[in-house]
Amino acid sequence: MHARAAIVAGVLLVALAGGLILFVGLPRWYGSRPATPVAAAGTPTGPPATTPSAPPARKITATLFYVSDDGMALVGAQREVAFGATVPEQARAIVDAQIASAPPLVSAIPAETKLRDVFVTDRGDAFVDLSTEVSTKHPGGSLDEIFTVYTIVNALTVNLPAITRVQILIDGKEVDTLAGHVDLRHPLAKSLEWVTHDSH
Amino acid sequence: MASAIVLLTLAAVAAQGPAPAAPYSVFSRGGRQPLPVRTIAGQDMFALDDLARLFPLTVREDALAGGLTIGVNNQTIVLTAQQPLASVGGQMVSLPAAPVHEGRSWFVPVDFVSRALAPILGSGLELRKPSRLILVGDIRMPRIAGRVEPLGSLLRVTLDVAPATPHTVTQDGGRLLVRFDADALDAQLPAAPAGSELLQAVRLADPPTVVAFDLGPRFASFRTADQPAPGGATRIVIDLVAQTETTPPAGTPLPSPPPPPATAPADTPPLLDLPPTGGLRTIVIDPGHGGEDTGARGARGTVEKTVALAVARRLKAALEGRLGVRVLLTRDGDQTIAIDQRAAVANNNKADLFVSLHASASVRPAISGAEVFYLSLAEYGDEARRVARGAAEALPVLGGGSRDIEVIPWEMAQARHIDQSAAFAHAVEAALRDRVAMSPRAVQPAPLRVLGGANMPAILLELGVLTNPQQEQQLAGDDYQNLVVQGLIDAIVRFRASTAGETR
Repeated sequence: MHARAAIVAGVLLVALAGGLILFVGLPRWYGSRPATPVAAAGTPTGPPATTPSAPPARKITATLFYVSDDGMALVGAQREVAFGATVPEQARAIVDAQIASAPPLVSAIPAETKLRDVFVTDRGDAFVDLSTEVSTKHPGGSLDEIFTVYTIVNALTVNLPAITRVQILIDGKEVDTLAGHVDLRHPLAKSLEWVTHDSH
Repeated sequence: MASAIVLLTLAAVAAQGPAPAAPYSVFSRGGRQPLPVRTIAGQDMFALDDLARLFPLTVREDALAGGLTIGVNNQTIVLTAQQPLASVGGQMVSLPAAPVHEGRSWFVPVDFVSRALAPILGSGLELRKPSRLILVGDIRMPRIAGRVEPLGSLLRVTLDVAPATPHTVTQDGGRLLVRFDADALDAQLPAAPAGSELLQAVRLADPPTVVAFDLGPRFASFRTADQPAPGGATRIVIDLVAQTETTPPAGTPLPSPPPPPATAPADTPPLLDLPPTGGLRTIVIDPGHGGEDTGARGARGTVEKTVALAVARRLKAALEGRLGVRVLLTRDGDQTIAIDQRAAVANNNKADLFVSLHASASVRPAISGAEVFYLSLAEYGDEARRVARGAAEALPVLGGGSRDIEVIPWEMAQARHIDQSAAFAHAVEAALRDRVAMSPRAVQPAPLRVLGGANMPAILLELGVLTNPQQEQQLAGDDYQNLVVQGLIDAIVRFRASTAGETR
C-alpha cells in the first residue's frame, strides 16, 4: 500500500515539474513571441502579477491620426505602439504615441501635452485625462480643435473595439471645450467625417 | 374648385368699411365654406362650435375650473374664462380678448385661429383679417394690390403680389392678361383712370386667377418688369405705352421689354401691408472669446478676441442703420464671458438670429480662408433627434391627468432650428464667397459648444486664419472687415426674405 502511494506521488510530482517547465519556463526562455494579440482581446482586469513579466520591446501596430498636408482633414497612419496588456494600458500607450512627435507627420495635439491617465468604464466609455497644455497651448480655431478632439477619439475607438466612446478631461476634470469651440461635455463616438479617405 | 373663390374689392367700393358681422370664408382643397362672425364688445369672434365643424377639434368644458380644454392633433389648447390667454401645447399665447360664454356657446376672438390653432394644426392655416379669409392646407392664394398712375406719356400699373407667385403677362387682342399660377387670388384691383385712352378697365378674367386689363384705343405697346419686394413679395410693374408718330401701331409689343428704372418704383411704398422686417427683429452677435481668453493669435500679435469684437461692432452699426433691426452683442468690451452666457443673451432677448464671430488658427501656416459652421446633431444622440422632431411628453398636471408639454433641455435648444441654421450658413457662405477667400471647407456642420443652446437659427463664422501672415494683416484691417460685414448683411437680407413667409 505504502509503495503504491509513493509511486503515485512520484508520478504526480514529475508531471507537475514537467508542466511547470513546459508552460512557464519555456515561454520565458524563448522570449515571448506568442502570436496572440492580447491588446484588442479586451481583458479588462489583467492581474498585476503578469505585468513585470511583459518584456519592454513588445509592440503592436495601430492607426494613429495626423493633420493632412493641406490642413483640411486628419489622415490615418500605421505606427508601432508599445504593447499594453489591458485595455486601459493599451489605451495609454496609444495616446502617448499619438502625443509624441513623429516628424514629418504633424499632430493636432499640442506637443507639450502630457497624458495623465486613461480610465475605461465597462460600458466602453474611455476617459482620457490630459494635462492643461492641451488647452493652453492649443492654437485655437474651430477646425484644428475638431482635429485635436477626433485625433484622440478616433485613435482609441479605431484601434480598441472595447472602447466605443471617448471623453476628454483636463487635469482630472470635465471641461466644456479645449479652446472654446468643440463641445466636450459628453463622450464622443468615432467619427471618420474629419478623416480624409485618400491616404488611409 | 377655384370657380367662385375670388374676393374682389374694387378700390372704389373699399371706402365703405367692413360690415360688422360679415362672415369669413374658409378655403381648402375641399372648397369654400362660410364661417359666421359675432361682434361681441367690439371684438370679432367665432363660435367654437363653428370651428369644431371645420377643424378636427374636441371641445371639453371644465365647469369647475371655468375654462375649456380643446384637443387638436393630440395636443391641447386650454382657455380660461376672463383671461385673454391660451395655453397652446404648453406655451402661452395672448389673445386680443378673453373667450366669451353666451348661452350654450363659447366664442373666441378670430385671432384664436392664427395664434392657437395654426401652430398646432400644422397643415398650413392662415388667417387674413383684412380680406376675411381663412386658408387651410396648401391653397395658393396670393394677395394682390394694385395702383395705376400716369408717368409722362406712359401709364404705369403696379401690382404687389405676396407671396411671390409665378405669372405671365401677355397681350390677347385688346386685353393685357396677367396669369398667376395659383388656386385663387385675394385681389384689391385698382380702377382705370377716368377718361384714359390707354386703359379702360381692370378686372378679373375667367378663370379668376387672371387679371385682365382692357386696353384703350391709344394703346401701342407695353413693357413689364418684376422686382423683389420686402417680405418675400414680388412687385410687377407694367408700363402701357401710348401711340405717337414714331411708335409702331397697336398690337405689337416692343421686342425686348427694357425694365423701367428700378429706382423709381422702389421708392414708392409697398401697396400691401407687408411685414417691415420679415421675420427678423433681433439679431445677437457674439464676438468670440474675450478677457483672459484671447483665442487664436497671429505671428504679429493680432488676437482673435480683438478682431471678433471689431467686426461685431461694425456689423451691429451696419445692421441697425440699414435693416432697422435690433442688434445686441454678447460682449461690447474685452470681458471674459462664459460660453453658456452667449447663447443665453440670445435666448433671453428672443433673438431671431445668432452669429458667433471667430478667427481661426492652424498648425499648417499656409492655410487661409473663411469658414462657416452650423451645429451637427450627430454627436448628441437620440435626445437631439427627439427634440428636432418636436415630440412632446405627457407630463402630469395639478388636479390629475396629464398634458402634452414640449420639454427641451437647454443644451438641445438648437436641434429644432438646424434646417434654418444650415440654410443661413449656406447663405453666408455664398455671400462671402463673392467678397473674400473661402477655405476648402467653406461650410459644414460641427459639434460646436456655443451653438448648442441657441434657440434660434445660429452659425459660427471663422472670419479668416490668423496663423497665415497675409490673412493676419487682412483680418486686422478695415477693408477686409468691411467686406465681411457687407457679405453678412447680404446673407441676412437673403435669409430674411426666405423666412418671411414662415415666421408669420
